[in-house]
Amino acid sequence: MSVVTLTMNGRLISARQGESLLQAAREHGIEIPTLCHLDGLEPLGGCRLCLVEVRGSPRPLPACLTQASEGLVVETDTAALVEYRRMIVELLLAERAHTCSVCVRNGRCELQAMAARLGVDHVRFEYRYRLLPLDASHERFTLDHNRCILCRRCVRVCDAVEGAHTWDVCFRGINGRVVSDLDRPWGESTSCTGCGKCVHLCPTGALSRTVDVGDEAARERASLLRILERRAGIREEGA
Amino acid sequence: MNDPPPRLRLATAWLAGCSGCHMSFLDLGERLVELFSEVDLVYGPLVDGKAYPEGVDVALVEGAVATEENRMLLEHIRARTRLLVSFGDCAVTGNVTALRNYYPTEELLAAVYPAAAGCTPAGPELPALLTRVLPLHQIVAVDAFIPGCPPEPDRIWAALSALRHGETVRLGEEQRTFG
Repeated sequence: MSVVTLTMNGRLISARQGESLLQAAREHGIEIPTLCHLDGLEPLGGCRLCLVEVRGSPRPLPACLTQASEGLVVETDTAALVEYRRMIVELLLAERAHTCSVCVRNGRCELQAMAARLGVDHVRFEYRYRLLPLDASHERFTLDHNRCILCRRCVRVCDAVEGAHTWDVCFRGINGRVVSDLDRPWGESTSCTGCGKCVHLCPTGALSRTVDVGDEAARERASLLRILERRAGIREEGA
Repeated sequence: MNDPPPRLRLATAWLAGCSGCHMSFLDLGERLVELFSEVDLVYGPLVDGKAYPEGVDVALVEGAVATEENRMLLEHIRARTRLLVSFGDCAVTGNVTALRNYYPTEELLAAVYPAAAGCTPAGPELPALLTRVLPLHQIVAVDAFIPGCPPEPDRIWAALSALRHGETVRLGEEQRTFG
C-alpha cells in the first residue's frame, strides 16, 4: 500500500493511493456532505453534494469518485461549493413532493437534515408539483416515487449485498424512476426477497415499511375498550 | 430627560394555514409577558384591530398565499412593514396548503364539495382562488424564514429575540428543519 500526500483546504494530508477524496477527507476530520454515498456500497457520484474543487480541473469533481493522488490540491468548502450544495438541495426539494410535515420519515430524513445543515431555510426555485405514482403492492413495504431523490442506495444494496438486483432506474434525468423487476409492481416481483435492506438505507420517505393498519387498530381498540369498561362502571354508579 | 426607546411594533397575520403557528406562538407561555413588556402587538388574529396599520416593525406571516385576498393582504403588509417574516412551513414552502397544486383547482372544487352533502360555494363575496398556492417569497420580498410545522416556541423565541435586538435571524441547525 503506497501513501500519497495531498493538500486539502490548505492542509497537507496523507491518503492511501487509490482511496477516494471523500474517504481521505473523513480520515482527517474534514466532513464533506453527501446523500448517496455509504461506505461499503459502490460509489456513484449521484447526488453531487460531495463536489470539491481540484486545482487544474475545469469543473468541480465528486469526492466519492475522485481518487487521492500525489500532489493534488483540493478545496472542499469554498463559497462556490457551499452555494452549489445549497442549490442542489433546493432543486431536490423543488423537484418532487418533499412535504416534510406529511412524510413518514419526518424527523428522521437525511434530506430534511441536510437542508437544515446547509442552511436551506427556503427554496428559491419554483416547485414542480407533478404527482408521481405510489407503489403499495408489496405486502410489507411501500415505494413513494414522490419522495425519491434517485440516490440509488436501494439499487446498489440490493445488487451488491442481497444479491437479488430487484431494483434498477428507468428513464433519464428528471423522469428517472426506480423500478423493480423491469418495471413490474413491487408486489409482483419474483426477485425481491423481502429482506428490507433497501428500506433501511433509503435516506428519505421513498421506501418505507407499510404500517400494519389492522394490527394497530386492534391495539387501539383494546385500550379504548378498557376505558369504556371503566366509564360504564362510573355511569352505573351514578345511576 | 431621555425619552424611553420606541416600543417595537409587532404584527402577525394568518393567510392560508391552519393557525397552528399562532397556537405555537401562544405556547411561548410566560415568555409572552417578557415579550410584551417591550413590544406592542398591533395587528393579527390575537388582537382586535381590523386594519393593518402603518409603520409596523416586524410581521410574522403564517400560511401560504392561496387566494386573491391572501395576496392583497400580503402586499399590503409588505408595504407597511420593515421586516416581513415567513412564519412556518406553509408560508415558507406552501406545505400542506400547496398540496392542492397537484390537481387542477376546478377539478378539486367540483370533487370536494359535492362529495359531501353540499354544492361548490360561489359568489362575489368569496375571494378567488389562485391557480397555484404559493409561498410568500414568490410574491413579495421576505426578510427571514422560520420553518417548521408548526415552528416550536423555541424557534419563534430565537427569531423574535434576534429581531427585537435588531439582529439578523440566524436559527441553528436544529431550529431550521422543515416539517
